[in-house]
Amino acid sequence: MSSRYSFGGDEHVFVEVSEEMSLEAFFKALSMTNAVRDAEISGVTEICPANASFQIKFDPDVIRPDDLLTELRRLEDIADRAEATLDTRIVEIPVYYRDPWTHETLMRFRERHQDPESTDIEFAARINGYSSVDDFIAAHSGAPWFVSMVGFVSGLPFLYQMVDRARQIQVPKYLRPRTDTPRLTVGYGGCFSCIYSVRGAGGYQMFGITPMPIYDPDQETSYLREFMVFFRPGDIVKWRQIDRDEYDGCTADVQAGRYTPRIRDVVFSLEDFNRDIDGTNARLEETLYAD
Amino acid sequence: MPIDVLSAGLSTTVQDLGRPGYYHLGIPIGGAMDRYALRAANLLVGNPEDAACLEAVFLGPELAFSEDAVVAVTGAELPPKVDGETRETWTSFRIRAGQVLSFDYIRDGARSCIAVAGGIDTPPALGSRSTYAIGALGGFEGRAIQSGDRLPVGRADVSVAEGRTVSEKMRRNSGSPCELRVVTGLYWHRITEEAGGQFFEDTWKVASEADRMGYRFQGGRPLEFVDREPPFGAGSDPSNITDACYPYGSIQVPGGTEPIVLHRDAVSGGGYFMIGTVISADMDLIGQLQPHTDTRFLQVDMETALAARQERASMLDAIRQRLS
Repeated sequence: MSSRYSFGGDEHVFVEVSEEMSLEAFFKALSMTNAVRDAEISGVTEICPANASFQIKFDPDVIRPDDLLTELRRLEDIADRAEATLDTRIVEIPVYYRDPWTHETLMRFRERHQDPESTDIEFAARINGYSSVDDFIAAHSGAPWFVSMVGFVSGLPFLYQMVDRARQIQVPKYLRPRTDTPRLTVGYGGCFSCIYSVRGAGGYQMFGITPMPIYDPDQETSYLREFMVFFRPGDIVKWRQIDRDEYDGCTADVQAGRYTPRIRDVVFSLEDFNRDIDGTNARLEETLYAD
Repeated sequence: MPIDVLSAGLSTTVQDLGRPGYYHLGIPIGGAMDRYALRAANLLVGNPEDAACLEAVFLGPELAFSEDAVVAVTGAELPPKVDGETRETWTSFRIRAGQVLSFDYIRDGARSCIAVAGGIDTPPALGSRSTYAIGALGGFEGRAIQSGDRLPVGRADVSVAEGRTVSEKMRRNSGSPCELRVVTGLYWHRITEEAGGQFFEDTWKVASEADRMGYRFQGGRPLEFVDREPPFGAGSDPSNITDACYPYGSIQVPGGTEPIVLHRDAVSGGGYFMIGTVISADMDLIGQLQPHTDTRFLQVDMETALAARQERASMLDAIRQRLS
């Protein structure tokens, strides 16, 4: 896999590892950005990993654009030889699917949708060949997901499911973006799930909502006191379906400052994963729920 | 020494030179749209160049001062008035305790930078006082100022003379049509050669959707795409890509119709292809464009972009030497 390099004006290098999404491309983008960070290249001001690409912002008064390119290509050679393992964490995110708030919102924007007669999740289940929404939810909350990019707006994670391509869920975005999306909506567009960190415009299909804040500029949420953004690229997420009672319980816990996300440290090996996808995922889940 | 906001203007926010380092988490650099204007305003009132100022868009605020202050207004031609009496832009002037700073209607440009000696002293967030309203971060309570707000001002280190000025040739006017220089690249290969030529031939107009996140342009011919099989994860529209990072100044063209140039409060990434990036030297200009302004994009190479950047830096050095 050889990357494509392009300058974004005089202050950015854009590196496309692959045109199409894959765990391999994501892993390579992530390991290259880690290598760039470790290399501490003077003049590099921002290192942004994305799904199958990444971007470096630099100060051309400090490093010549061509010199930076040379350095990045050298790091690509090293990244290609590196073992694809990642010290990371797995996090459980509770999801109240088919909640009343995203339902109210999606009903307001039906005329912007491909299928105004269905809800977003009914539409997604049908076009992905699931016979019921329950089966679809079982698939969405079954195998875990990689946070393959954090961005768009403040702390919003893009997530890519850790299954082979045949089992990937794919849905189109809204025909025209909505002007409103509830905060903490669990959404879906293309092959990516996401959590809307703040209320605002959005084009992803809306499946449900999590009670767990993931961005808090006031840093008052108990687990966001250290830093206002919860997710980092490379985090692994396991969705867990909850009902209204548990949603209300979690929300009350968050407000009372006693909600503690379930998080465990894990080591992920891409090679092991490719050898045995379901086995690897089962072991990740075991670690998450071991105690 | 607080300043009382009597009326807020259209959208007046606290801005400085921004918060680099968090773009990988979707928190943009932010800061003044016209950074040269912010630096100049601070130099005029004896502040550090990165002190926080107020950025007013089209319509100025009305501000009551409870203590003596030195103020400068740069950027757009939005004439300041002290108790109704007009003052020069790009020139420091004194306001006495009890006086009110207001503004006449805008003559040229879009954004004014209002610097007060001592700087606006709201609490920094992630190292900057810039307002990122989408994320309710920084500035005054994470939002544009409102009437009734009391803005804290830092202690001024020096007592600065009034009448310090930046000469007219050291100011920058967007001109008509405005010319924005572009380095092509990113996903430039997604459009046909003819469409590429057309993009630079056509005269575009600034659309009404033009804000701190980005400027949309209209009126040019739609861009024709090169055929392809959509890559897995990209989406079916020819303008879709597998969601990627967006450079500041990058030009995305959703559906191939209306280019959007991302600015200081950019969304950090998304699923639309980009044809190139406005050079760093021309980013300030965009912040001064009014809706309907005729705009041409000009293709340049990296060497030209770097030379233009040097030219901007020399201008700044020249006013630094005169004013510090």
